[in-house]
Amino acid sequence: MTVAVFFGCSFIAFGPAFALFIFTIARDPLRVIILIAGAFFWLLSLLLSSLVWFIAMKASNDKDQQLQRGLLIFGVMFSVLLQEVFRFAYYKLLRKASDGLAALSEDERSHISVQQMAYVAGLGFGIMSGAFSMINILADSLGPGIVGIHGESQYFFLTSAFMTMAVTLLHTFWGVVFFDGCENRRWWVIAVVVALHLLVSGLTFLNPIYEGSLPPAYVILVSMAVWAFFSCGGSLQNIQQFLTCWKNDAGSEVAS
Amino acid sequence: MAENLANVLHEQLSEGFPDTHRNNSGEGADRRRVVEGADQELNGQPPSARPSQRLESEEDEDEELTLKYGAKHVIMLFVPVTLCMVVVVATIKSVSFYTQKDGQLIYTPFPEDTETVGQRALNSILNAAIMISVIIVMTLLLVVLYKYRCYKVIHGWLIISSLLLLFFFSFIYLGEVFKTYNVGMDYITLALIIWNFGVVGMICIHWKGPLHLQQAYLIMISALMALVFIKYLPEWTAWLILAVISVYDLVAVLCPKGPLRMLVETAQERNEPIFPALIYSSTMVWLVNMADTDAESRKKPPLNSTMPESQAAPSQSAQGPDDGGFTSDWELRQQETLGHMESSEETRRQVQEMPSARPPAIQSDDSEERGVKLGLGDFIFYSVLVGKASATASGDWNTTLACFVAILIGLCLTLLLLAIFKKALPALPISITFGLVFYFATDNLVRPFMDQLALHQFYI
Repeated sequence: MTVAVFFGCSFIAFGPAFALFIFTIARDPLRVIILIAGAFFWLLSLLLSSLVWFIAMKASNDKDQQLQRGLLIFGVMFSVLLQEVFRFAYYKLLRKASDGLAALSEDERSHISVQQMAYVAGLGFGIMSGAFSMINILADSLGPGIVGIHGESQYFFLTSAFMTMAVTLLHTFWGVVFFDGCENRRWWVIAVVVALHLLVSGLTFLNPIYEGSLPPAYVILVSMAVWAFFSCGGSLQNIQQFLTCWKNDAGSEVAS
Repeated sequence: MAENLANVLHEQLSEGFPDTHRNNSGEGADRRRVVEGADQELNGQPPSARPSQRLESEEDEDEELTLKYGAKHVIMLFVPVTLCMVVVVATIKSVSFYTQKDGQLIYTPFPEDTETVGQRALNSILNAAIMISVIIVMTLLLVVLYKYRCYKVIHGWLIISSLLLLFFFSFIYLGEVFKTYNVGMDYITLALIIWNFGVVGMICIHWKGPLHLQQAYLIMISALMALVFIKYLPEWTAWLILAVISVYDLVAVLCPKGPLRMLVETAQERNEPIFPALIYSSTMVWLVNMADTDAESRKKPPLNSTMPESQAAPSQSAQGPDDGGFTSDWELRQQETLGHMESSEETRRQVQEMPSARPPAIQSDDSEERGVKLGLGDFIFYSVLVGKASATASGDWNTTLACFVAILIGLCLTLLLLAIFKKALPALPISITFGLVFYFATDNLVRPFMDQLALHQFYI
């Protein structure tokens, strides 16, 4: 596989996340720390869920393919649930830290709002999730081989890249919405986020029938983007103002 | 822990002190690390020097300012640690020389390719024991030398090890890189390159130089040292050494009779600056006018870096009778742009106490000058862990990534603890523990899971 495939797929998978990191997170050290801690929490959830899957797998019959596939599906579902549990735990941790910071600062306000923390935490989860899903595949794409030579899909790398990008951005939006739901005690929001995560992961069980997994994932991505935008205070008016301000004063900074 | 997360942003910066310096004639020096809390150096001084007379409001203002910049200090350490690890991993993945088995060091004489697992375990335990004893002996030697003021010996030791790293190891590294990429190179060009690289490195590290260049050189020599360890330490030995050295670090720094703690306290009592070439620092103080009548200050190695804003130093420093040709209005101009420069008792103590030295009037731009320090030994061992993970793990990049994140989080937690306890803390234990746990867990548990998921293209 060629270098073009490698670069193309890596930019598809990590381009948006990288851009978000560079433009919104890299300048502020506190956000970088929250990002890395978010990645760490995701990693912990993955560790625990792999442990559970590993134990289940070792305790079962190795030869039974159907059983192994069933166990894998169970592992995926359990992992999704555990990720959301850890997202909640991270929310609790950040809330306490934010309260502590606010109590100590002069004007009783924290330097970073809950929405910003939600966004950064979601992005941390997303980047780590995407990296773990995609990096080995990218590394393999630099090596020799022919994709799909045994009859599998030719589009393995491309679809993996698109799915990774979708999952990364989805984690970001889920983070925003989830934290918002926790803040305002709307538990149905949390239930919907969990359900959507389970749905997106469940749809990937249809792979390699990519029509079943990718387009729905992107539909959910767009709707989550809209929901997250509105849940953290955006509105159509904001967008309008953003666009008209920009058109009116080309030189001045856009106030958002 | 959440309250402590808030406290980390309280963190004063840490004044690092000389680490143990193990000299292996075969490989150059190791550096260890001590991170010291802000107030610690004050403990060695007479009680009148303590800032305990600070008013409550000033303390709150202090905390407010350190709040804003505490996270910055963590990032100031994240970036060099990340760079060092990236260099090591990139080299391991591309240059095959560092993953080839070309024998072992004399410090780890027992081979690991034995018939039985038990024999291998025994050999690796013996190797680790020998290596740790060598390290302990070297540390004690350094402490003894320092206690009896044999500065010349220590400086000579440091210079020889830097020479070895900057010339010999970089020559080997460059040679292997050229081999990997099939680049033809003649000896004359190579000699020029290595000569320039080495000499500029020696100047930057041991004398004065631009801050970023010095930091870059320290990162490069840490990476070179880590690569040597990765190449010559067999697997089980390496993991055992990492584990044991974190325990040793913990003991040496925290126990009352630990060698590193004694080193730190001795340095405090004498109120002396740190050895160069053992510590990575993100900012340092540049004392231009060293024309001081105090003979001892001339013996000390000059600190090098830049002071961006005026140091909040009250101008009560006693100026020596000989101002070395610097007229008073030149000094006034310099003071406006660069800040206080006389190497008087006052400014030297302020350099020493840089993190915590705050005059009653809080300067809002004071915190810009503060930086953090991390010993090079910590860079080396973090990079050894991540490099070994990338070299030997069958899970490849996932394991490397997991170890990387684990080490960064460990570093974050260490700095958090530093902010809480405000005393010398070892940087290795938490990070290495996390790193080891994540390495073994990811390699054995996560890897099969992720492989199966990637095979079926399931996403979690």
